[in-house]
Amino acid sequence: MTVFVSSLARDWRANLRQPSQIINPLAFFLLVVSLFPLGVGPEPLVLARIAPGVVWVLALLAALLSVEGLYRQDYDDGSLEQLVIGARPLYFAVLGKATSQWLVTGAPLTLLAPIAGFMLYLPTEQVGWLMLSLALGTPTITLLAGIGAALTVGVNRGGTLLALIILPLFVPVLIFGTAVTETLLLGASREFPLLILCALLAASITLAPFAIAAALKIGVEQ
Amino acid sequence: MSSGRETDSGAQRKPHGWLKTLWHKLGSPRWFYDIGGRWLYGFGAFAVVLLTIGTIWGLAVAPIDYQQGNSYRIMFVHVPTAIVAQSCFMLCGAAGMVLLVWRMKMADMALEAAVPIGLLMSALALASGSIWGRPTWGAWWVSDARTVSTLIMLFLYIALYALRGAIPRAEAAGRACAVLAIVGLVNIPIIKYSVEWWNTLHQTSSFSVVERPAMPASMYLPLLLNVIGFYCFFATVLIARMRTLVLKKESGARWVQEL
Repeated sequence: MTVFVSSLARDWRANLRQPSQIINPLAFFLLVVSLFPLGVGPEPLVLARIAPGVVWVLALLAALLSVEGLYRQDYDDGSLEQLVIGARPLYFAVLGKATSQWLVTGAPLTLLAPIAGFMLYLPTEQVGWLMLSLALGTPTITLLAGIGAALTVGVNRGGTLLALIILPLFVPVLIFGTAVTETLLLGASREFPLLILCALLAASITLAPFAIAAALKIGVEQ
Repeated sequence: MSSGRETDSGAQRKPHGWLKTLWHKLGSPRWFYDIGGRWLYGFGAFAVVLLTIGTIWGLAVAPIDYQQGNSYRIMFVHVPTAIVAQSCFMLCGAAGMVLLVWRMKMADMALEAAVPIGLLMSALALASGSIWGRPTWGAWWVSDARTVSTLIMLFLYIALYALRGAIPRAEAAGRACAVLAIVGLVNIPIIKYSVEWWNTLHQTSSFSVVERPAMPASMYLPLLLNVIGFYCFFATVLIARMRTLVLKKESGARWVQEL
């Protein structure tokens, strides 16, 4: 547990010292949201219909943009190697890093979702559900993205490779995440996709750190 | 290059000893190269015979479907390629686990050899399904459960292929691919069910090797022959590719240079 806390605190401080890394993905998110009314046309009904999907896809892309540097700096300055060869469990260190990563990407993105919703004429009663689905889905996304980031840690300019690896893994989260706000249109229950999102989150918290740790060990050795 | 000599470790006397011996032998590139040369001809001959009979039977002899007309005949290619593409992914995941747990060199080669075949098979399954979908569903592409999950599988194959190419050191590349194959293996059923609940148009499977078929024997039997034939074809190509990889990776070993 102390490993988790120290790793979380260290990354949190490191992130605060580089505000651009936090702000850039969020600015990207809002910027692209504002492009949709220009590209699709300003009809409120059309925009409201696509709003949850747009917000969710952009959340995936923002996670993709921000995760690339997650292990890169630690890899370059050697602290990742110390983490891997150290005696303390890598699992909790990885979980701490992922939590800190979520606090600066997924959490603010969830808080910004209402703004994106208003820009896309999302009905007010849907905004809360969109935020809830993002709050449950973005931690899973951060953990899955971490697997890709760890696998490509030693690869020069691994950006497109990273996208290729993790975007297919995001598919279930995207489907159930958007289903939470779309069900009103289909008349089905919201509980089912919400419960599935919780299940995906529980599974990824328990399993993803193992995959990330294994990938980091491989990355450090090469 | 010490492997190739750690076979026959006295496991024969135990129950299932032969299985353990086979397992140990499979870890030896040299043994695989020798025995693979013989398996290659066996699987190759079966593939040629089964695919010839199955395809001619399916395309020329099998009756016309009362609803779909002749267009249903593409299933004699579509169904086997889709089945083999999925099995190939399971093989990749299993090889990945074997590689990470036992560090078996042959598992790495199996993973490396299988990925391009699976990529091709899933691409063929998608292409043949798309050609069938045009007259039957009225569209080249319909985003439904099966098509999307097969497409995602294709992307995972591409990712596996690209990841191996991107990491310069071969051993690290193999183990990174193993991690990705296992993660993909866990994720494939999740993707499959998530897209099934999301949107479904693709008919459910009416084909199974063990159950009574829901279609007449005149359609079912050629399909069965083609499925087994495609499996044999897959095994042939896999073994041929693995033997090439053995020669490439063991090129420093004496037995390779003596060939």
